[in-house]
Amino acid sequence: MSDQSASNGRISHGSLMVADPRTKKRNASEARFRAYGIIAISIGVLFLASLAFSILRSGLPAFTQYVAELEVTLSQEDYDAAESKMLKTAAYTDIFIQNFSDALDERGVEVAYDSDAIERILGKVGGDIRGHYRENLDDIGRPVTFQLQTSSRVEGYFKGRVDRESLVDSRFLVKTDLDIIDALTEADILTSRFNWAFIKGTDAGVDNPGGAGIGAAAIGSFFMMLVVLLLSLPIGVAASIYLEEFAPQNKFTDIVEVNISNLAAVPSIVFGILGLSVFIQFMHMPQSAPLVGGLVLTLMTLPTIIISTRASLKAVPPSIRDAALGIGASKMQSVFHHVLPLAMPGILTGTIIGLAQALGESAPLLLIGMVGFVAREFPDGVVSGFLDPNSAMPAQIYTWAARADAGFYEKAWGGIIVLLAFLLTMNIIAIILRRRFERRW
Amino acid sequence: MSTLLIVALVGALAVVGYVLGVRRAMASADGDLRLLHSLKSYYGQNVALLVLVPSLLVLVIWMTVQPLLIEQSVLGMISNTDVAEGSSRSLMMADVRRVADGLDVAVAQGAMSREAASDVRVDFTNVRERLASVGVAVGSTVTQTTLEAAQKFRALSGTGNMVRGIVVLLIAAAGFGYALKQTDKDFRARNVVERGILVLLIAAASIAVLTTLGIVFSLIFNTIDFFESFPGADFFFGTRWEPSFSGRGGASDLGFLPLIWGTLYISIIALVVAVPLGLFAAIYLSEYASNSVRSIAKPVLEVLAGIPTIVYGLFALLTVGPLLVNIFGADGLLGVNWMSGGTAAMTAGLVMGIMLIPFVSSLSDDIINAVPQAMRDGSYGLGATQSETIRQVILPAALPGIVGAVLLAASRAIGETMIVVLGAGAAASLSLNPLEAMTTVTAKIVSQLTGDGEFNSPETMVAFALGMTLFVITLALNVVALIIVRKYREQYD
Repeated sequence: MSDQSASNGRISHGSLMVADPRTKKRNASEARFRAYGIIAISIGVLFLASLAFSILRSGLPAFTQYVAELEVTLSQEDYDAAESKMLKTAAYTDIFIQNFSDALDERGVEVAYDSDAIERILGKVGGDIRGHYRENLDDIGRPVTFQLQTSSRVEGYFKGRVDRESLVDSRFLVKTDLDIIDALTEADILTSRFNWAFIKGTDAGVDNPGGAGIGAAAIGSFFMMLVVLLLSLPIGVAASIYLEEFAPQNKFTDIVEVNISNLAAVPSIVFGILGLSVFIQFMHMPQSAPLVGGLVLTLMTLPTIIISTRASLKAVPPSIRDAALGIGASKMQSVFHHVLPLAMPGILTGTIIGLAQALGESAPLLLIGMVGFVAREFPDGVVSGFLDPNSAMPAQIYTWAARADAGFYEKAWGGIIVLLAFLLTMNIIAIILRRRFERRW
Repeated sequence: MSTLLIVALVGALAVVGYVLGVRRAMASADGDLRLLHSLKSYYGQNVALLVLVPSLLVLVIWMTVQPLLIEQSVLGMISNTDVAEGSSRSLMMADVRRVADGLDVAVAQGAMSREAASDVRVDFTNVRERLASVGVAVGSTVTQTTLEAAQKFRALSGTGNMVRGIVVLLIAAAGFGYALKQTDKDFRARNVVERGILVLLIAAASIAVLTTLGIVFSLIFNTIDFFESFPGADFFFGTRWEPSFSGRGGASDLGFLPLIWGTLYISIIALVVAVPLGLFAAIYLSEYASNSVRSIAKPVLEVLAGIPTIVYGLFALLTVGPLLVNIFGADGLLGVNWMSGGTAAMTAGLVMGIMLIPFVSSLSDDIINAVPQAMRDGSYGLGATQSETIRQVILPAALPGIVGAVLLAASRAIGETMIVVLGAGAAASLSLNPLEAMTTVTAKIVSQLTGDGEFNSPETMVAFALGMTLFVITLALNVVALIIVRKYREQYD
């Protein structure tokens, strides 16, 4: 080193103002390193953005529905005549077609169609109309506007899943139907509207993606969350109070603490195995019931809730406890009357976040039978809400994703939007709670 | 007596007990609060606790034990000769249970009178049709033995439930009486109540231990069952995973190696994505970023961790998979035909990597922040640039903690289910090509256990052996990671 600087020292020591090659190299590598960090963060944000983009792009169409709006007036004679026929729904279909062609003439649309084409586009209209009049006998004789849902292939045409070039004629849809559809859209008979049925409805069979809704599954999720809340909040708070305030330093406490931190990291599917073998195989609880799902999710969220509750108990300064003890409260009174109320906002925040985590969890639900089940009905009451087989939102999304018809993919994305809306609401409530009630000591 | 009714009665008794307890204590002190040992509410709480806790405890224990005892005694009725060809005792038992449930439903709907249900005979009635008419499907024709067993099952459950109600209410009443008798102005109610509450708190804390025990036992017993019908060596060293479908017999190949290979391969792809991105993000956020950048970028990254895994699964299946096929598939951008379907190890691995970025970044962020400022100052004082300080001082100091974080991320990746179920494919293969479909331990647990509820063939029981290995691997990773992280924290405390 000293030899080197002696031999070419005069050359290497330039001005402080001019960076020498080595400094340049070091500064360049500094800039590179900083850029790596920015790139890493940008990639992360980019992933998030593309995830959000693909959810919205593919999911939003699930919230629109295409319906044919048509005013029908049915006289009492027509009704009696139709009801006296052998093929009652066919009679109603004829009535519909009569009204339909009137409406077309009125709007000056000329297009050729037959009753088969109507059935391919709008399904079995006769049945729908007959059902309406049999339920509402008063409507006979006055004009009624029917909104008839288009079949899933027609929806596919509107949403770009089916196009003219690639369409192969089948009994579901033929090329000439597309002309009818275009003409009807032009004439404002086929319109789009917000798909309330998707949010409020129940799951449909494997061949009817258009009619599938997430409502029943959301109710199933709701009952599960009720179980989780009612069990995990008291148990979690009680366990945390013991561990944080009362537990002596001994073997038992150590075992419990190690257990909790390990349970927090056990894969969720293992909790599914636990639920399957303990609750279903051993205790013979009903399969697919929200009660069982809730129990499994309770065990899964307990560690999360215990960890956050302990953190908020720990954040309450010891002076509060000392003050309570000093004026003669017992240990138990100091905890329940002073520490716990002060820690409550933090505990609630942690609980809401734990619930949100449980709401989105699907792997354990696959094992306790919430997937094979098609949730076609809403539960009748509170007890059946807990005990009757139902689905849950994530399980329903999985069921749709696993079905072959591409129409269900759109429903799955739509279901994700609903699920994320719930999660977002819960997290915002948690953030507000924290902002509003957080106390700095 | 239904469980709900029992709980409601016990609850009502507890409320009454609370009121009476307070009154009795006040009466014994002639209405003078100062003469009481404890605050008056403690006397009420004492009664309520003694009513609620023992009786509900007995109720829970009864509800777990009764089905087991009944099953034992009903199983005793089914002799080996009654078990039909191709059936088994557990299948018969499932039938018995279904017929018994069906009879209950029939009685509840009024399709059958209570007496008719208890002495219906197969010679006179077609039980299967009668049950089908009330909406209960029974798989095979009901034999006389099954029917008799079902009737005994119903009779025993009926008696059991009745006795259960009486016993639980008696215990509640006894607690009520005893507690009221204790209540007196000199009774140390607060101390007793507080001791009782402490016991409840301890019980709540032990639930974590019970859960672990439950997991371990349910895995161990079922795994032992599996290895009784399937050789262990074939499981651990088998290179083919080809389960034959249930009932038809025939040997299944249930080799573990292709599954663990798929699991590790996908996890490694995920870590290759997540570790550099997460680590650089953490370094930037903790060392370079201004407060405002940090307060935005950190929560945004953490949103990635809050998204449910089913969303990532769908993203893999419907977005990333087709995208990769567009690049690597036939007629793709690269013009190479390397990928035939959207589901592949690469698809699942990439998406899982995205999911793990915030996991790695927030753990590493904490660890880098824990490196004392003095070490940075020392390095700057010697003339090092910021990046040199990070590379040569901070990262070596934080290395054990970062290794711990990576191990925790690896355990997450190995246990992840939904992404691989949807994104990785179903074919088990021992392939090196990341663009080929692979399957994992978790995906196979799901596929072997979804569907029918009978646990008797090696094809379903293998899921428990898989679950056991998964549990052991993730547990080991977690324990090692926690030890490393904890040791490291102590170093600078």
